[in-house]
Amino acid sequence: MKKYTVEQGVVAPLDRANVDTDLIIPKQFLKSIKRTGFGDNLFDELRYLDEGYLGQDISKRPINPEFVLNQPRYQGATILLARTNFGCGSSREHAPWALNEYGFRTVIAPSFADIFFNNCFKNGMLPVILSEEIVDQLFKECAEEGYQLTIDLEAQEVRTPKGDAFKFEIDPFRKHCLLNGLDDIGLTLQVADDIRAFEEKAKQVRPWVFQDIQA
Amino acid sequence: MAGKTLYDKLWDDHLVKQRDDGSSLIYIDRHLLHEVTSPQAFEGLQLANRQPWRLSANVATPDHNVPTSKKEREQGIAGIEDDTSRIQVQTLDDNCKTFNITEFGINDIRQGIAHVVGPEQGLTLPGMTVVCGDSHTATHGAFGCLAHGIGTSEVEHVLATQCLVQKKSKNMLVRVDGVLGNGVTSKDVVLAIIGKIGTAGGTGYAIEFGGQVFRDMSIEGRMTVCNMAIEAGARVGMVAVDDKTIAYVKDRNYAPKGEQWDQAIAYWDTLHSDEDAVFDAVVVLNGAEIEPQVSWGTSPEMVIPVSQAVPTLEQAKDDVQRNDWTRAYQYMGLTAGQALSDIQLDRVFIGSCTNSRIEDIRAAADVVKGRKVASSIKQAMIVPGSGLVKQQAEQEGLDQIFLEAGFEWREPGCSMCLAMNADKLQPGEHCASTSNRNFEGRQGNGGRTHLVSPAMAAAAAIAGHFVDVRTF
Repeated sequence: MKKYTVEQGVVAPLDRANVDTDLIIPKQFLKSIKRTGFGDNLFDELRYLDEGYLGQDISKRPINPEFVLNQPRYQGATILLARTNFGCGSSREHAPWALNEYGFRTVIAPSFADIFFNNCFKNGMLPVILSEEIVDQLFKECAEEGYQLTIDLEAQEVRTPKGDAFKFEIDPFRKHCLLNGLDDIGLTLQVADDIRAFEEKAKQVRPWVFQDIQA
Repeated sequence: MAGKTLYDKLWDDHLVKQRDDGSSLIYIDRHLLHEVTSPQAFEGLQLANRQPWRLSANVATPDHNVPTSKKEREQGIAGIEDDTSRIQVQTLDDNCKTFNITEFGINDIRQGIAHVVGPEQGLTLPGMTVVCGDSHTATHGAFGCLAHGIGTSEVEHVLATQCLVQKKSKNMLVRVDGVLGNGVTSKDVVLAIIGKIGTAGGTGYAIEFGGQVFRDMSIEGRMTVCNMAIEAGARVGMVAVDDKTIAYVKDRNYAPKGEQWDQAIAYWDTLHSDEDAVFDAVVVLNGAEIEPQVSWGTSPEMVIPVSQAVPTLEQAKDDVQRNDWTRAYQYMGLTAGQALSDIQLDRVFIGSCTNSRIEDIRAAADVVKGRKVASSIKQAMIVPGSGLVKQQAEQEGLDQIFLEAGFEWREPGCSMCLAMNADKLQPGEHCASTSNRNFEGRQGNGGRTHLVSPAMAAAAAIAGHFVDVRTF
């Protein structure tokens, strides 16, 4: 996994609350059996004026000029700024995959839905929680063209061009994994003996759980 | 020391290792897989040359994009007309064969929506940790399980390690006292709860549903309630084990038998919150005050009792909500203050992991019996949750009631809940739906979803618009 240390980039403001995962990546694209190829269909229903389908040539699609990501000034943005409860709805990891592939490694919002939040870390992405007041301030400031933020994970800080530095919280384990680009499964398998010992004990208390269902 | 909540007990009984940094390794008893969120996980296993940790923990069934028309289903996977859907269902089949994972394939009588199949087969048992790459996994909490949805990376993690890295949630009790009125169902209860606490009200919490209403509720009803915990932001929803739970589980295909059954019951009897357990948050509703609910907007929290009108902007709590509502009026083609009965419905969908069990189908049939679907309704469909639910309904003659009324009687799957197969809304169409999400585009690009109970959906199909099922 790619390490996340310090990221600096253009901020794209998506001014709506409760952005759900159906909006981030509509269901028809979930039919792919691959982990890649979702970036072109990020926010598909907002980005394009026609109905998209899997495997389509996007260069021929009519784009919605009103949508924030289609405005020239936000091209190349790497930080998405949003409102409360971002990523609510389904557990589809295709949502962070799509954001990541489009170029957003960082999403800033006052709150996130649990499963989406969790899925971000599995993909080397950082969801940053800042207060509603600060997020409000960032929405106002990023009206300025070319507005960039710096996210410093080690320092747990979001820095603005004006010199403000906003602290954010992050779980120490998740921080460690992001900073070092660590794979969760490899880490868990380091304690395989603990898992086996747990199973041996559990088999005494709840043997029915370990029933062979393949027979 | 204060007593433990049900969630605390389940957590403690599955705790493999607590790390110094506050994260924990939690053991997973049961893992359900389907075609949409598993292919990349299997690919990851293969690339890393890893094997599933405990094969018997895993069961798969295709549900999200299987077709529900008899014509396509009769030919099995080869009959799936949509190429991408067929490849995905085939990939699940192939992966299960490669890794030797038990699968209820497309035309197995046991196939169906994962959250219907698990409990039906006794694969979901009280006190288990149950996960699935689907956010409606909280359904299994109806059995006093610790159950929640996971992403694809976690699907791979569970396959490879039988564990998940978790951070413990806070405890929330949602207590609904009293007795529900006639015609008011579990779906109305959960919609009323979401309407009250909001779509993020449960974020960071594991919700236990307690109180007289849930004690009186059937297991199917409890599943409907827990299923929608995620629509209130909580990954986990659950109900304590009682005699009803045990009676439901008894003699299921994979339920323990003989001596193990007795041992299991003794353990399951402990699966309730202690009298002196402390919750971080408590929400109380009066069951007698809950009316049949209808969602009007594009989030499950935009829901009102059938007797009320679409809310006006003056009723919104802040600017963020005003913006949300303004966008919702426009998307839904509604005006503030409009009566729900004014909405011209186009389609009716009865199905999904929320409401496709036998009890749901019976409730709809009760309303439909001897009546006809309104001529203004383009399509009204019933999609049973599993092959066995379908068979049971047919044995009871319910399919005939629906067919005579002008409903379509379909093959099991997720269907129009999320429109990954051919069952979808056209832009601008309004649908009375027993599913769980009314997000923009959820049931088809531009489609307009209204969430209701099976009885309310059935009544709407007959009337052509929303009516109060209590006086219908």
